[in-house]
Amino acid sequence: MEVIFLLIAISLVLAVSFLLLFFRANKGGQFDDNHTPAIRILFDNEHKQKVKKDQPKKT
Amino acid sequence: MRRENPNIVEAKCYHCGESCEDERIRFEEKDFCCQGCKLVYEVLSENDLCNYYQIEEFPGESQKAKSARANRFDYLNDPEIEQKLLDFKNETETHYTFHIPLIHCASCIWLLENLNHINQGVISSRVDFVKKKVQIRISNDRLSLKELVVLLSSLGYEPRINLSDLGKKERPKADKKTINRLAVAGFCFGNMMLFSLPEYFSERELLDENFQSVFNYLNVLLSLPIVFYAAVDYYNSAWNSLKRKKINMDVPIVMGIIALFLYSLWEIFIHQEAGYMDSLGGLLFFLLLGKIYQQKTFATLEFDRDYKAYFPVSVTRFKKDTEEVIPLTKVSVGDILLVRDEELIPADCILLDNQCYIDYSFVTGEEVPVKISKGELIYAGGRLKGDQVKMTVQKSPSQGYLTDLWNNDSFEKSKDSGLVPLSNKISAVFTRSVLSIAFAALIFWSFTDFGIGVKAFVSVLIVACPCALAMSTPFTLGNTLRIFGRNRLYLKNAGVIERMAESDTFVFDKTGTLTDTAKASIQYHGEELSIQSRRILKSMVEYSTHPLSNRINQWLGPIEKFGLDSIEEKRGKGLEARFLGQQFRLGSEEFTEKVIGKESLKGNLVCFTVEDILIGYFEIQSGLRKEAESVVEELSQECEIHLLSGDHSHERKKLKEKLPGISEFHFNQSPKDKLNHMGELKTHGSKSIMVGDGLNDAGALQESYVGIALTDEISHFSPASDGILDARSFGIIPQFLAFSRSTKNVIKASFALSFIYNIVGISFAVQGLLSPVFCAILMPLSSISVVLFTTLSTNVIAWKQGLFKIKSN
Repeated sequence: MEVIFLLIAISLVLAVSFLLLFFRANKGGQFDDNHTPAIRILFDNEHKQKVKKDQPKKT
Repeated sequence: MRRENPNIVEAKCYHCGESCEDERIRFEEKDFCCQGCKLVYEVLSENDLCNYYQIEEFPGESQKAKSARANRFDYLNDPEIEQKLLDFKNETETHYTFHIPLIHCASCIWLLENLNHINQGVISSRVDFVKKKVQIRISNDRLSLKELVVLLSSLGYEPRINLSDLGKKERPKADKKTINRLAVAGFCFGNMMLFSLPEYFSERELLDENFQSVFNYLNVLLSLPIVFYAAVDYYNSAWNSLKRKKINMDVPIVMGIIALFLYSLWEIFIHQEAGYMDSLGGLLFFLLLGKIYQQKTFATLEFDRDYKAYFPVSVTRFKKDTEEVIPLTKVSVGDILLVRDEELIPADCILLDNQCYIDYSFVTGEEVPVKISKGELIYAGGRLKGDQVKMTVQKSPSQGYLTDLWNNDSFEKSKDSGLVPLSNKISAVFTRSVLSIAFAALIFWSFTDFGIGVKAFVSVLIVACPCALAMSTPFTLGNTLRIFGRNRLYLKNAGVIERMAESDTFVFDKTGTLTDTAKASIQYHGEELSIQSRRILKSMVEYSTHPLSNRINQWLGPIEKFGLDSIEEKRGKGLEARFLGQQFRLGSEEFTEKVIGKESLKGNLVCFTVEDILIGYFEIQSGLRKEAESVVEELSQECEIHLLSGDHSHERKKLKEKLPGISEFHFNQSPKDKLNHMGELKTHGSKSIMVGDGLNDAGALQESYVGIALTDEISHFSPASDGILDARSFGIIPQFLAFSRSTKNVIKASFALSFIYNIVGISFAVQGLLSPVFCAILMPLSSISVVLFTTLSTNVIAWKQGLFKIKSN
């Protein structure tokens, strides 16, 4: 049963490191804007290199 | 795909979606409403960014009304201005953050984040959609600030740069700190619950004695961050209120925290018992949660603007006959400025040109532009109507007639001082009764067993901890704030709701608030007016100062007058003139002895007759908002309503007829008069809500009990106030008032609910029967049920008032 002491220690260290990560994320502004990233992720990433096309794109 | 056949479907601009009625430009098989829109499309298609049009339909803004002055951004070349706008700069790159009110859809985000494909000088850009801000990194040798701003405005996304931005930028980061405190409390609370769980199920016998004490010591360890970090704000607030010899809600909370902590330490270290550390953790976690809920702010809105936000950032100055664009901060007395049509006068000036018209509606509320002749003083804040003029600066922008208002004392003090919220009144009573019950229990038990006496004393303090009590206000008000926000009334903080509920007087500004200047229109019916008749009309209306004459004068536009043979004004009836032997009359139906027969328009008709023959008549729409009548009528049943106006009193009779609910009319009010009027109301003990719009109301909004600024466009300027109301929601002001009043009842009811919990808890505590398990169940149960009760009941009331909406639109 003594192994529980070790497990408790590990679990606390783990939990504290998550807390510290949260602090860092909060300080870094990750929670400042929780709307735009949701839209941004839906944009297509591919962007054609600047090649001038003669025909404009059809809609 | 969207517009298969432009001949059947009405042509809509490919860029902004406006119908192309006036002008239709075909370009690459697409319709555009104006050159501006076409230009934006060209830039985008050249750079292969037409994806912009595929993310959302008609993503652009109409470019029709855009000022196209090439040099208007010249002031951005000034290194001092640049220094104030940038966030970061090194040898190679510079970072800027701009506020762009036009950001409104996914396409906007996409385009603004792809700026680097249009101009190589942009390294990257990132949009914050909610705050409508974009952060742009540019490389120094490829792009300058001015070029960047020109690029943005050529795409239709002109950043808003105003004087107050040039001041200090940093905003307090208080909310982030509260979130950190909440995270700590949540972390400690969760872990403590784990270690305390065996206790609840009486499983301690199964475990070693060792485990028991280790768990207890771990709980002590975890409680330290709670007591010494998460709860610090409560200590400060309680201490501050005690110093002022007052008891606020935080005093009993701090009493509870200290009692819980010390008693648990004593239990754990002396008696080897479990203590109440988990309850302490839960308490702080729920309290901070409520605090964050109440702190909800409308990040995009600014409630504390002063005049600086209104004034232009740059002005055009004449120096040795050359024009130069300089920042307003550099204007000094004696400079010669060039002001163009629709531009704001930045400082008190003297006119150098022959004459001009200045619209002071923003400053005084007077709708009709004032004529200024050479050598006369023009006050800052007026807007020029007509051709550009030159003027020389008399006073620096910070000392003008308008800005003087801000030196008034009422801008110095904050409104919240001196106000006792309901919760604080209750907590004073609460603290006293809890303390007396605790002492009574101590005295009662000390006759038999002093040990139980102490336990009962502490137990009462612990269990009576006003967790539920402290949460009823923030959750009720927080939810109300959100419901108001969805209905487009944005309040500065939750305290405003309580003040709204208490108010008994409504004060409306006239121009722009009860009336909508854009709605005031004028139509002419009858024979077409020849140039000659127009010129005669012009000469007649110029003679009179009646508002209807002024409106007709504006409608006629700038045409030349005749020298009339004679003219006479019959006050309140009309004008009679003679010209080349003919008699002309302009006035009401009675005056001209004609009957048009439109009963509903009585008082708004102006007939024009020549030799008693009706030529035609003008129909003048009153500019009253369409909801104004019903709003005033509904409010008048509960409140006194006053009207303040900077306008002349000519409309008194008409307004009295239309708005019978208004008990007092005050006309010719200068901004200072308005402020003084609100001050008088205050000294007479009435609690007044001021609804106003322009800068001229700024003083009154500040001095009132609750100041609400009305605006047509939320992201536009509005004076400093307690709340900002979207003009579209003007009609539901009575509902807002009724709702804020019912909110108060909800708070009272939830107080009653938490009192019941306290009575149950205390009845156990005085008997010395309190156990950690009992505590761990009662405390979260009371908190959660109070939160549920307040949230549900506010939503139900909102639904009854018709204010319940899932989403704002």
